[in-house]
Amino acid sequence: MSSNVTESTAAPGADRPGRFSLDVDERTIGGAFRGWVGRLRSGEPGALPSVLGLVVLVIIFSQLSDRFLSKYNIGAIPTQGAYIAVIALGIVFVLLLGEIDLSAGTAGGTCAAIAAVAVSKGSLHHGLPSGMFWALLIGQLAAIALAVWLRSYVPAIIVAIGFVLVVTNLTQHLFLALVAAICIGTAIGTLTGWLVAKVGIPSFVVTLALFLAWQGVLQFALSGKPIDTSNYDLWHNLTYGNLSPTVSWIFIVVVVGFYLAYTLLTSMRAKAANLAHDTIALVLLRGGVIAVVAVIVTILANTNRNTNPYRVIEGIPVPAAIAIVLMVLATLALTKTTWGRHLYATGGNTEAARRAGIDVVKMKVSAFALCSSFGALGGILLASSQSSASLDLGGSNVLLFSVAAAVIGGTSLFGGRGKPRDAIIGAIVITVIPNGLLLKPSLGPQWQQVITGVVLLIAAAVDAISRRRAARS
Amino acid sequence: MSDPILEVRKLNKSFGPVHVLHDVDFNVYPGEVTALVGDNGAGKSTLVKCIAGIYGTDSGEIRFEGTPVTMNDPRVPTSLGIEFVYQDLALADNLDITQNMFLGREETNSKVFLADGLMEKKARAALESLDVRTVSSVRQPVASLSGGQRQTVAIAKAVLWNSKVVFLDEPTAALGVAQTKQVLDLVRRLADQGRGVVLISHNMNDVMAVADRVAALYLGHVAAEVKTAETNTAQIVELITSGRSDGLGLSAQAVNESI
Repeated sequence: MSSNVTESTAAPGADRPGRFSLDVDERTIGGAFRGWVGRLRSGEPGALPSVLGLVVLVIIFSQLSDRFLSKYNIGAIPTQGAYIAVIALGIVFVLLLGEIDLSAGTAGGTCAAIAAVAVSKGSLHHGLPSGMFWALLIGQLAAIALAVWLRSYVPAIIVAIGFVLVVTNLTQHLFLALVAAICIGTAIGTLTGWLVAKVGIPSFVVTLALFLAWQGVLQFALSGKPIDTSNYDLWHNLTYGNLSPTVSWIFIVVVVGFYLAYTLLTSMRAKAANLAHDTIALVLLRGGVIAVVAVIVTILANTNRNTNPYRVIEGIPVPAAIAIVLMVLATLALTKTTWGRHLYATGGNTEAARRAGIDVVKMKVSAFALCSSFGALGGILLASSQSSASLDLGGSNVLLFSVAAAVIGGTSLFGGRGKPRDAIIGAIVITVIPNGLLLKPSLGPQWQQVITGVVLLIAAAVDAISRRRAARS
Repeated sequence: MSDPILEVRKLNKSFGPVHVLHDVDFNVYPGEVTALVGDNGAGKSTLVKCIAGIYGTDSGEIRFEGTPVTMNDPRVPTSLGIEFVYQDLALADNLDITQNMFLGREETNSKVFLADGLMEKKARAALESLDVRTVSSVRQPVASLSGGQRQTVAIAKAVLWNSKVVFLDEPTAALGVAQTKQVLDLVRRLADQGRGVVLISHNMNDVMAVADRVAALYLGHVAAEVKTAETNTAQIVELITSGRSDGLGLSAQAVNESI
């Protein structure tokens, strides 16, 4: 935040020292580094602890097995962890409000199972137990009514799309079935949000109850029999597919190019408007590092990584692309829109938000609706990676791992602090642990639980200590 | 002498059997600081909340710029240009100064994306117009600000919206000596720029330092509305504690009735 460089053409008031002196500054490379060190010291570690933790884990696992750093193994990590990343992204919205959603995993599992039933039986009307089909329709209508009543019109529209897809039986087509599953997730989230924000039950209790309930609903939906999803190419490829090398390049160029263009434009505009900004050199350095890393990763991803000579595996894994796109969208929504600003404000000080005229109930409903929608997509990815809509889809540890991912990444459980980026880094940490341990069969699965627990504890301790430092400074 | 910008006439308010405000008359003049003083329970907060549209009134009239208005919703005074800075400030710690000042009224490009640069400029202009020197960046998170700086931000937030009347509830209550002076200077500047300022305070030093006139509430009655220049601390304290002082204040009969 500080710099020695002061522009000669500074804003009015520059002749009076101490007055917004920092606001007309250019942030140079050195200044950015000093600012970063300053933030670390004052208790805002950002992504550093999780990245350091990841580095430590990678070093340990690469010592345990030389296969850990093989291209094949690294390429498998997105397949194994995409569902955690996506559910954790959804959880971040809810955590930002200082709430929690324990039901996102099982709710998402239920949505994915409904999609599986729809495509495998050809019709939800015949595929689901008779009572449940009508319960689904009534539930969707109720969710639309609730959303409209709570002035959450976007969720209402999404739920309505799902309703139409189910009623017209368009869900027999796989893609539309998956869309419908996500819309049903929105409906579930609207219900959760209503119970939390309007009825006033603590979110921990509401979602704990729903966590249990959706597990049962899932088993009803599947009529007690798991459904194989690996026959559906689209579904299977959501986690096992790869972008072709050409598409991989296009994807990376678009994402990195968008980032570079955006940051450059912001810096130049701010300079023109005489606002605090990063120097072009700093922007280019940051963008350049990202671009170089992205290019190297793409080159590596585009070479064959299969150890088996009969089949070529190359390109950026589809699940990685999904996670990146969702992260970018979530970041834009949170930092560049009024909705995101209001979400942070509501999480930081609900009373301040209310007095500023923000509809706090609407904010909560939208966050829960988003969380369950991401949960539904997470359930779909989980079914894809385990090749089956199983009877405990999204149950057991799925949700806990996702919350852990968000927290390890640096999202605060007390609301107001956290970024979508955190969820992705945390999800990588959570995924790397079982991945690395699996390569060393002599270490049993019990180690996974212990190590994950210890990592989570360290992350929570870093958060607590940094908050204390922040409070003191 | 100009006409009052905000007039309260014969305002009555009861909570069930408890008659909290009795025929309260209260005027706010543009360019002046009016101090609203009174002991705990005298009805200061109730009066402010009636004007803020948080409580309904039983009878009486509120006029803004000479026109009668009905404050039945908190949005009404805001739309008229009346801003309230409450004691607990209502700032979100995790947001920065600019974000807090524009909270709930963000500027956007094409209704979707936040216009952060524009808001930053306006926030800086608002702080500059108040001659604030204690804030070095409008991008500082509020969590890192001192009590006085927070108060400054809360007041500047009120100024940002071209407010005509600003109510300040105990703005110096939790501040040190230097910070109190800064905030009082700020209060004075608000009035010097032509706004009507209402300072609710227990601190007689503050009141005597910045207020042009003092309205003393005593058990729901306006004991007196006097010019600061024509009174002294002892007299105001007497008005607050017993409702009358020498020739000023309520009649002995009224005082007895209200007890």
